[in-house]
Amino acid sequence: MSIIEVSHLTKYYGKSRGIVDVSFKENEGEIFGFIGPNGAGKSTTIRLLLSLIHPTSGSARVFGKDVVTDGPEIRRDIGYLPSEVFYYEGMKVIDLLKYSASFYKRDCTQRMNELSEIMELELNRRISDLSYGNKKKVGIVQGLLHSPKLLFLDEPTAGLDPLMQRKFFDLIRAENSRGVTVFFSSHILGEVQRLCTRVGIIRDGRIVEISDIRTLQKNNYKKIQVSAKGLTSTAFNIPGVTNIQAENNTLHFFFKGDINEVVKKVSSLKVVDLTIEEPTLEEIFMHYYE
Amino acid sequence: MNANIYRHEFHARWKSVIIWSLALTAMVMFFFSIFPVFADQAALTNQMLAKFPPALLEAFGMNKMDLSTVLGFYSFIIVFAQLCLAVQAGNYGFGLVSIEESEWTADFLLSKPVTRGQVLTSKLLAVLSGLLLTDLVVWVASFAAITFFRGAREYDMAILILLFLSMVILQLFFLGIGLVISLLVRRVRSVTPYSLGLAFGMYVLSAFSGIFGAVKLEYITAFKHLDPAYIVKQGSFDTPLVLINVAVTLVALSVSYWLYIRRDIPAVA
Repeated sequence: MSIIEVSHLTKYYGKSRGIVDVSFKENEGEIFGFIGPNGAGKSTTIRLLLSLIHPTSGSARVFGKDVVTDGPEIRRDIGYLPSEVFYYEGMKVIDLLKYSASFYKRDCTQRMNELSEIMELELNRRISDLSYGNKKKVGIVQGLLHSPKLLFLDEPTAGLDPLMQRKFFDLIRAENSRGVTVFFSSHILGEVQRLCTRVGIIRDGRIVEISDIRTLQKNNYKKIQVSAKGLTSTAFNIPGVTNIQAENNTLHFFFKGDINEVVKKVSSLKVVDLTIEEPTLEEIFMHYYE
Repeated sequence: MNANIYRHEFHARWKSVIIWSLALTAMVMFFFSIFPVFADQAALTNQMLAKFPPALLEAFGMNKMDLSTVLGFYSFIIVFAQLCLAVQAGNYGFGLVSIEESEWTADFLLSKPVTRGQVLTSKLLAVLSGLLLTDLVVWVASFAAITFFRGAREYDMAILILLFLSMVILQLFFLGIGLVISLLVRRVRSVTPYSLGLAFGMYVLSAFSGIFGAVKLEYITAFKHLDPAYIVKQGSFDTPLVLINVAVTLVALSVSYWLYIRRDIPAVA
């Protein structure tokens, strides 16, 4: 069953573009990655699904209900962690969490305490005294305490230290394994790859690709840099190599295909240094535009 | 109406309500404490006032006031109380939804399972409670001051109640206008300049309306709609003007609902 169903959704802010003709589906229990650079329309899409803004044209359904007409009903089972977290500065963390919980018709106290413990959140501090990372933790607890069925995470890891990021990912995986559907927006490809099963790529307000994460990786370029004495660009004259550049015995190139071909070549050299990297998001986009 | 939002909003303005109430109490008490002096030397007061430029008297509505009577003197004080109450109500009106947007907390509130209508109603009722509470304190303070300082002078209770009521109507007006303007402009960055501008602007218009007697400014300035001097002199509201006032408030509130339900909540760029 589709939890999110977006069809031809378009949003213009006056004349400036938000998103154009965006369509996709997310199934129950999925972790759907939504990737794109800043300003591509990721937050716009999420805000439309939460009815914080209203579509110019097209429609979207969550839990089978229309986001424009059934917003409040939909939001009962939604958890939202915005990319920038802002809460009432004068409040204490515990009061904010209680205020948040008061909107749901169930007792959230136990879950709230569990989550606060996992995220090492100090409940008696004032919001205004919190660092950005700590505010983000408030956001995470606030978004999860009512045990929602669908989670919107908008660039959730910004501001969290690596340790907290890992705890957060474990938390999201645990939620997912008990059936929670996750919509995960990010511009960091690595974290999307770690977590998601399927991804949509958005650029300049339009969806450019929706695919399984494995397929995406298989089809992708690797970024390779090799240093060896007397190395020239002819050394890697194999199919799949592009954008080759040579300088001071070092070669940079992109490779797409069976990585063993490259490894074979490399092993025949006396290598000084070697790196094989995932391409950056931008480079993936280049790939989509070639 | 959502009780949680109501409580939260009321709590958020609690301190402000107390400060306004105390300040107004102090003002009413202080001003009215000099009433016995004015009243005892009514002849002298009137002589002094006669030497003031007529335009100035007109501007403060003092040419229509008899400062030697209880209500005449009270209506002089209440002009300033009205101005303060208008600033307070304007503050709450302009800030009602715009503060959530300028401090980016609107995302939190509106991603909860509530309708925009419920949000606005709860917020309005919370603010209204605060305003009525302030009025109540001013009423009690006024009544105490009058009882204490009037000596043997009599006054008409019915007219005093009309003056009290004028405060509520005026606050509703500034609340509604503030709210609708805050929803019409792109973004309100700071509330106070707007509410001060609105209240003082209308006050100045009301004053000028007195000076240029022929120009019909009274239709557009709320202070003329509820002119204390008129109420005391005639013993009643200027009904057509009060009706205009209430109608404008109702229109402003209805338009506010219409705008807020359709509003795109701005995001951090």
